[in-house]
Amino acid sequence: MLVPRRAFLRGLNLAASGLALGYCLPAAAQKPTNEPGQPPGPKPVTGSRAIEDKAPGLNPNAFVHVAPDGAVTIVCHRSEMGQGIRSSLPVLIADELGAQMARVTIVQADGDKVYGDQNTDGSNSIRGLYEDMRRVGATARTMLVAAAATRWKARPEECVAKDHVVTHVPTGRTLGFGELAVEAGRQKVPDEKSVVLRPRGELAHVGKPLPLLDAPAYVTGRAVFGADVKLPGMLTAVIARPPVVGGKVARFDAARALAVPGVRRVIEMPTPAPPYRFQPWGGVAVVAEHTWAALRGRAALDVTWDHGPNAAYDSGQYREALAKAVSAPGTVARQVGDAEAALKGAARVVEAEYHVPHLPHLPMEPPVAVARVDGGTCEIWAPTQNPQAAQDEVARALETTPDKVRVHVTFLGGGFGRKSKADFCSEAALLAREVGAPVRLQFTRQDDVRHDYVNTVSTNRLTAGLDADGRVVAWRHRTAFPSIGSLFGAPAKPGPDDLQQGVLDLALAVPNVSAEICEATAHTRIGWLRSVYNIFQAFSIGSFVDEIAHAKGADPRDTWLELLGPPRQMSLSDLGVRRLRNYGQPLEKHPVDAGRLRNVIERVARAARWDERRRDGRSLGLAAHRSFLSYTAVVASVVKGPGGKLAVDEVWVAFDAGTLVNPDRVRSQLEGSVIFGMSLALYGGITMKGGAVEQDNFRGGGRIVRIGEAPRRTHVELVESDAAPGGVGEPGVPPVAPAIANAAFALTGKRVRELPLIKSLEA
Amino acid sequence: MTITLQVNGVERKLDVDPEMPLLWVLRDVLGLTGTKYGCGEALCGACTVHLDGQVVRACVTPAGRAEGKQVLTIEGLSPDGGHPLQKAWVELGVPQCGFCQAGQIMTAAALLKKHPRPTDEQIDQSMAGNLCRCGTYQRIREAIKKAAGGSP
Repeated sequence: MLVPRRAFLRGLNLAASGLALGYCLPAAAQKPTNEPGQPPGPKPVTGSRAIEDKAPGLNPNAFVHVAPDGAVTIVCHRSEMGQGIRSSLPVLIADELGAQMARVTIVQADGDKVYGDQNTDGSNSIRGLYEDMRRVGATARTMLVAAAATRWKARPEECVAKDHVVTHVPTGRTLGFGELAVEAGRQKVPDEKSVVLRPRGELAHVGKPLPLLDAPAYVTGRAVFGADVKLPGMLTAVIARPPVVGGKVARFDAARALAVPGVRRVIEMPTPAPPYRFQPWGGVAVVAEHTWAALRGRAALDVTWDHGPNAAYDSGQYREALAKAVSAPGTVARQVGDAEAALKGAARVVEAEYHVPHLPHLPMEPPVAVARVDGGTCEIWAPTQNPQAAQDEVARALETTPDKVRVHVTFLGGGFGRKSKADFCSEAALLAREVGAPVRLQFTRQDDVRHDYVNTVSTNRLTAGLDADGRVVAWRHRTAFPSIGSLFGAPAKPGPDDLQQGVLDLALAVPNVSAEICEATAHTRIGWLRSVYNIFQAFSIGSFVDEIAHAKGADPRDTWLELLGPPRQMSLSDLGVRRLRNYGQPLEKHPVDAGRLRNVIERVARAARWDERRRDGRSLGLAAHRSFLSYTAVVASVVKGPGGKLAVDEVWVAFDAGTLVNPDRVRSQLEGSVIFGMSLALYGGITMKGGAVEQDNFRGGGRIVRIGEAPRRTHVELVESDAAPGGVGEPGVPPVAPAIANAAFALTGKRVRELPLIKSLEA
Repeated sequence: MTITLQVNGVERKLDVDPEMPLLWVLRDVLGLTGTKYGCGEALCGACTVHLDGQVVRACVTPAGRAEGKQVLTIEGLSPDGGHPLQKAWVELGVPQCGFCQAGQIMTAAALLKKHPRPTDEQIDQSMAGNLCRCGTYQRIREAIKKAAGGSP
């Protein structure tokens, strides 16, 4: 990782003013930005230059600064979207440094290559940066120790850095970090790879439940989200976008929109050409003095659309095409033994087909961005998961270079993959340039639902062959779904790497296994939603294991354990694949470990009292899944609620993500994953007719779980482990839907093989 | 056209269309951005404020309807973030992304005024209009009980 010494701290102090770690906030830091009774004014939109280029002190890399007064500033370069990354990632630096948390300030990084990859996606931050961030902190600590040793004419090995102080152990002499900062800054920056990391037991905070640092800002309303940024002279825009992907404006009349008080301009947006990637969507923008005028102006617009080549897309009909695709053999992506022959010779065959529709992101904060274009440069404030991609995209839209675009990252009101795409940033930039004033581009909720990069639609057909004793001797998994690659111009038919998510990395102790990729075409923008393809692969596999168990009259937990086989790490040939993408990590570091999946299944079964699953009218369902290098098992309890409606009343989760940094945030991610998984299991589903999305808000297929529908209790068990860290934000989601479907089957005897479940269970 | 609002105890004379939803008056005109836009149709509760102590969704409340009434937003709930709900929220680490939380707290504040020791059912019923996509509901329930002086 490249972290050269340089001017650092180009970023946003999201919690408005000097938010410190822990609860030792200075009084000034708690001052709200919008005090009652104060006139509105420009917000402190940027705390970015908190430390300037020539700030004195120790600044060995782009992430950390120690000032002569002992104040430590740490940059968080990944986006905060609810996963608690600002309460986790910087802690690794602070712990290696030996800093007192109360004297640390976190600043949010702008998009800048100096930080390395900033894409906050793929549950990748802790698992990808656990060691790198520690090296950043250890580098600074090494220099503080070297400065102290020089001053004392002692050997560095005799000195320890802890609690913001360096101590010379033999004599007990001490020097504070602040006292050492300037001299430490003159030390040679050691090679990051050569610095010595602390033994795990010396890390003061890692693995302990740390407080949520930004909580005070959230609960007082002073946390700065995308739409909260206000610049002098700023206008607000909304866009009427083509209802069908690939459509464009045929003609429009702006007269009525321009007559709305407060509307300044009506502007036709450029029409994107395929592949659409993250380009703006086209359409007609209304730019106004405030949001209300923009909304009224848009409602008054008269636009006629040319719906383009996808005008015939009907997601209901497309489902038939997917079913047809999985009825024929596909391209083999995984092969152990001879599944076809074994199926032919099987005493009994179990087969089932599962369907999961397009799914929406629905972050509580719809996409929004503020842009200012000044001469040849552009500045963006946005809730983006990927500020460097936003730089690239905005530069492309403005036909300039990324170095001319500066992207400030605000808090994200949820992301879930939607805010990896910078379309809304580019739209804001184009409009700001066109009107010659700062522009806030706001998606309404309707815009968000209708112009989403939906999770893909899929059909999976699973077939198992059982021998005369009921042992599974053949397993065939056929999958059909349009790939994310189609958004970038690749064929819609997935490649083997797309099957890493739950199909190729499923540990099976079955002698004959095959996985096949079937044909698919894309008719809309396919994106990625929290846990992505794992959602439908886990639903299919988790439901199918339950079906096998039922078919042979066995306990689903025992069937899971039998299918997984003994605890072991799977080689590529065990899996029957030539390569496994493995979320970008080598198998040596992150093996496919049947034992770890077994362990979470056994743990969750114990917690849920699985052996008593039929006592007192209980109806439980189990599912498990490996994703993002972590292992999750879920048991759901389903009951008949008022009016005969099914309710999920209790959920148990056992989770193994290896080493955990902030267990309380891990716990909260899993609690949230259960609700997220419930929403897509019970209600979620985007349908398209005439090429256009049929949903428009938090209802129908856009419905999400409300508090009264949340389980009475979600129990989370975290496996203690020293294994390399796995992902946390996403792996809780995939097993939730099949666990609920299996519990619903236990209760009603009705097997539902498609999402959302409500369609079948309450029909 | 001028309307007069009492916002967080301060009188504001504003030159706005009385039909403009209170949400946009608060956010765009007064700069009180703690109140959030989430759906525009009173489906999500992110814009929840109090009008004379009653919970309203500011996105569908014309500003004219607030004339002469006391508007309370998250910025005015307490001077220093010290409302029992805010303290409980911080202590239990309720927020994830945080976006819906001001609305959640405003709804909960009205609930506690009406029912200082709410039952589970009263909590679920009162909070039914406030969506949280991150799924913080379990901790919201706990924090309301904690603020009410009960367990946990």
